[in-house]
Amino acid sequence: MIDRPVTGQGNKALLEISGITKSFDHTRVVDNISFDIRPGEIFGLIGPNGAGKTTTIRMVMDIIKPDTGQVKVLGEILSEATKDNIGYLPEERGLYKKLTVMQSLLYIASLKGVEEGRARQRAGELLEHVGMAAHRNKKVEELSRGMSQLIQFLTTIIHEPRLMIMDEPFANLDPVNTELLKEMLFELRGQGRSVILSTHRMNEVEELCDRIFMINKGRGVLYGELKEIKSRYRRNSVFLDYQGELGELKGVATRREQPGAAELILEDGTTPGQILEQLVRRGVTINRYEVSTPPLHDIFLQVVGESHE
Amino acid sequence: MKAMNKTYLIFRHEFVNTVKRTGFIIMTLVVPLVALLGIGIYHTVSGISKPVAEAEKVGYVDKAGGFDQFTSQGKITLVLFNNPDDANQALVRKEIKEYFVIPPDYISSGVVSRYTMQKELYPPPAVMNAINTFLLKNLLAGEVPAATAARIEAPLNLVTVTLTASGEVAPEQGGFGSFVFPGIFSLLLVLAIIFSSTYLLQGLGEEKENRLIEILLSSVSTGQLLTGKVLGIGTAGLVQVVVWVGSAPLLLNLASSSIGGFLSTVQLPAGFLILAIIYFILGYLLFAVISASIGAVSSSSREGQQLITIFTLPAVSPLWFISLLMMFPNNPVWIGLTIFPLTAPVAVMIRLGVTDVPAWQLAASIATLVVSIIAVLMITVRVFRIYLLMYGKRPGLGKVLVMAFKG
Repeated sequence: MIDRPVTGQGNKALLEISGITKSFDHTRVVDNISFDIRPGEIFGLIGPNGAGKTTTIRMVMDIIKPDTGQVKVLGEILSEATKDNIGYLPEERGLYKKLTVMQSLLYIASLKGVEEGRARQRAGELLEHVGMAAHRNKKVEELSRGMSQLIQFLTTIIHEPRLMIMDEPFANLDPVNTELLKEMLFELRGQGRSVILSTHRMNEVEELCDRIFMINKGRGVLYGELKEIKSRYRRNSVFLDYQGELGELKGVATRREQPGAAELILEDGTTPGQILEQLVRRGVTINRYEVSTPPLHDIFLQVVGESHE
Repeated sequence: MKAMNKTYLIFRHEFVNTVKRTGFIIMTLVVPLVALLGIGIYHTVSGISKPVAEAEKVGYVDKAGGFDQFTSQGKITLVLFNNPDDANQALVRKEIKEYFVIPPDYISSGVVSRYTMQKELYPPPAVMNAINTFLLKNLLAGEVPAATAARIEAPLNLVTVTLTASGEVAPEQGGFGSFVFPGIFSLLLVLAIIFSSTYLLQGLGEEKENRLIEILLSSVSTGQLLTGKVLGIGTAGLVQVVVWVGSAPLLLNLASSSIGGFLSTVQLPAGFLILAIIYFILGYLLFAVISASIGAVSSSSREGQQLITIFTLPAVSPLWFISLLMMFPNNPVWIGLTIFPLTAPVAVMIRLGVTDVPAWQLAASIATLVVSIIAVLMITVRVFRIYLLMYGKRPGLGKVLVMAFKG
């Protein structure tokens, strides 16, 4: 186990962001954004470049102050004390090059209020967990990029924070370490801790996130359960693996066919059930019948496209 | 167990990492080594030019007559020859080192011809001195009493006494001696300011370039970060100065045979040490907060180094005009330099060694320093977060001030 489970917090929101706004040079970078993070979830903060994700994260981290609105962590307005409950992995990684792996972990842990003996023990366990115990006395400058990224990930969780904010955590990692990190994220979630995952990689969001918030041009454009959003954006089409002849089908506008498989795009007002009924009546053997939900990638492009119009 | 104070944690981190830097260790050792080298060179040079190490014989031919007494002048013995040929042969045989001829018309012309095998730009002072005294004493012999002759030989032994406004003997008598320590202190202050501001800028630059600053600011407040950094690096600078000052007794011991006598005449102005410490701390703090603000607004540590020069040059500037200060210690320009915060620390230290600095000027200069430190610190804390995160963009001065007042 990489962390102790969190106890006694109920279902109270870990983080509440209400109506935060930030302008630089008369340009609104973040415009009236609100969302909350619940205990034990992986939350995707997504959006195109320059949408305002990093500015939002910096306000959550108290690196910059919002012009209006407020950020509450564990029900309290952000303060020096609440900072100890948050772990932050910025997009561009940095550690002190001259410090050793152990010194880096201990220094960041100390700034997060972890007592030295406990920090030493945690650092040892975490290094063991990611298979880097042998490198504990190496200087950061001697590590490979992927290794130093793993260390930075450990600095984000060494103080057992309830909320972690990770900006593109998988960039530069090989597949083995990517899997290791994903496992650790699931483990953290299982303990009731929450992770805000800021990324461009929609497949990671689909794989990891429970809920998402999508920001574009400083405004929130999508917010909610990933499953619910996907069903909201489903196209009126079905995927079909079959044997036999499809023939003419009522209510199908167009179809894309391959031998033994097809995607049927339905006319407005036609339901997938009505099509299935016709197929069954014709005696077509159906191996798969799936209402298609678009990949998040497509939803992303669609929503960004809409807000450009 | 309660975690340690975060300011202290940053202080400790900055202190330990500054002290462990190779550049810091080299600089700490180099200054005493350079001083040691200086003493070595002084000894060697003064050893070379030391006029007479062993007893020497100098020949002379007396054509004027009457120069036959006082032939022993310190380590130089004057040997009379009857004619130049004999003296020349003795010189060739190396029985004498050189010889001189007093011509018959010496009394009217004063000309004395000197013959030597050495190539030299200028006659050695010891030989000149010996010949001079020999001629003088022989000329005066029998004419005036011996005591008068001795006085003619060295007529002036000047003793200056500085009086206070009320006509009493002043406690500090000035002179080069009392100038030495203020001079050394102001040099050390300048070195400490330059090195510390460099370390501060390099550190901030590194943290800005690799985004560590975001992790730091997500863990501690701007105030804690700045205070920890300024004090940590400042303490490292102080350790450096303590090492330099601490090595002084050893160096002075080595130097005592040559310059030690001079240093023993040193009298420090009353309260100098207290003022030196006050100005040292205020001077360092001012430049540290300026460095921090420059670190915040500049896009790279290199740009920061260039910008900070605008501020460190005025700090050093009083040292450039040190000779002018010695000649005109009470020129109004010095009052300006004493009160202007950037030049104050060094200007005051130098002036204290040369002249009295009126209390109102000290008060005004300390007050402006304190006000400047607080003002720069406040501006820095307010703009720090905003501009630290604007990588690659440096705001104009106007914008920084607007931000500072807007918050």
